[in-house]
Amino acid sequence: MSSTRVVVTGLGTTSPVGGDVPTTWQAMLAGTSGVRHLDDDWVDSLPVRIGGRVAVEPSEVLDRVKARRLDRSSQFAMVAAEQAWADAGLEGSGLEPERLGVAVASGIGGVTTLLANYDALLEKGARRVSPLAVPMLMPNAPAANVSLKYGARAAVHAPTSACASGNEAIAMAIDLIRLGRADVVIAGGCEAAIHPLPMAAFANMMALSKTGSEEGGDPTTVSRPWDTGRDGFVLGEGGAVLILESEEHARARGAKVYAEVRGAGISNDAHDIAQPDPEGRGGTRAIKMALREGDVDPATVVHVNAHATSTPKGDIAEGLMLHAVLGEHVDRCVVTSTKSMTGHLLGGAGALEAVATVMALHDRLSPPTINLDDKDPEVDLDIPTSKRELPQGDIVALNNSFGFGGANVAVAFGSV
Amino acid sequence: MATTEEIRADLADIVNEVAGVDADDVQLDKSFVDDLDVDSLSMVEVVVAAEEKFGVTIPDDEVKNLKTVGDAVAFIERSQG
Repeated sequence: MSSTRVVVTGLGTTSPVGGDVPTTWQAMLAGTSGVRHLDDDWVDSLPVRIGGRVAVEPSEVLDRVKARRLDRSSQFAMVAAEQAWADAGLEGSGLEPERLGVAVASGIGGVTTLLANYDALLEKGARRVSPLAVPMLMPNAPAANVSLKYGARAAVHAPTSACASGNEAIAMAIDLIRLGRADVVIAGGCEAAIHPLPMAAFANMMALSKTGSEEGGDPTTVSRPWDTGRDGFVLGEGGAVLILESEEHARARGAKVYAEVRGAGISNDAHDIAQPDPEGRGGTRAIKMALREGDVDPATVVHVNAHATSTPKGDIAEGLMLHAVLGEHVDRCVVTSTKSMTGHLLGGAGALEAVATVMALHDRLSPPTINLDDKDPEVDLDIPTSKRELPQGDIVALNNSFGFGGANVAVAFGSV
Repeated sequence: MATTEEIRADLADIVNEVAGVDADDVQLDKSFVDDLDVDSLSMVEVVVAAEEKFGVTIPDDEVKNLKTVGDAVAFIERSQG
């Protein structure tokens, strides 16, 4: 692996707490929840009736006819990519299309398009299935649509590793740049799975919390990572995109730099299709790999945006990983789970949390974890419940994501 | 029985919905591909929506003959007749 340094030069998101990065970041620092009662007409038949819808509908931002040809997940990716591209100042920069890559992931793909077309097939017959159904629902549709928009002619990837997908896309983008296959990569993730089928499936596997769905219940308190009252995640939706760029390329064009991407680690538990390794051994290896790849001294790791989804076992396993990797330094590491506010964006989670991690380094502020009223005694981590300042000097922050199928992805970002 | 103008107006709404073309531009002498920039997949969507709207069947073999809005309106009129 070459020693090419990789930096972050642009950010974009549409999330349950904001329609762009400044709004989302301020909402996170303020500890604002984006979880609400769902008002869809199908919701009464489900045991879980809460979720984190995007704060700004993509129809308010995208051209109507173009949006019509995009699954909702691709719409989120496009909204986030347009913001990140503009933020990075790449328009008219003279970047060669052959040097621009894309790595944009989703966890489940175009599930609402698939199921809407299946409904049309059953109710109205084969003639009513959209001729665009396949290019809309395929898992690489978000990546392909981003590549079309910006004419990206280097590699266009769509890694799928369930809830680790967004983070894996960032790891893949680092490789593309370090292997010399691209100078700039549009990297991120998206998910639009607030639909009765995936929600029923997650509820039936006891992954989603059934708390707070009743009339008069408070949906904003249900996602509570590391709290003794946690009983499952809350489904969110949205997308986030980062512009990754070789430092040389960024410097040559005078781009502003948010942070450096130091390194990534990817591993698998090979333990269970859905449950994490209870001792977090695979995740520990991924984090160690990310630190080794980035030549990071564990003493400089002062912030972690944890995967912590608010499930009983996963949150504990992640605490074990951080102790295993950071040792005594874990005491000086400020840990947060922004999922306490956004819910879990599945394939979008790793990307949204990467944006939060980069902003934390840039502003030297950790967002809080909300709803942490009674911390689980099995979790020995410093988890602030209001925003906390991070130290000056050279600091490193980690973004962790773990997914069904045993996937573990950790990415280490450094301050600049 | 719908008049030619009523069919044209309804078809114009469909073309607007599918392809974003201004409904006022969807006139009988306009070519779907050359004038209105309706691509082949959008044309399939227009055809399926027209079948539902006008209660007709437009076979795939026939679609290539529908070069102009007037061709489509005439086909729909004949099928309804």
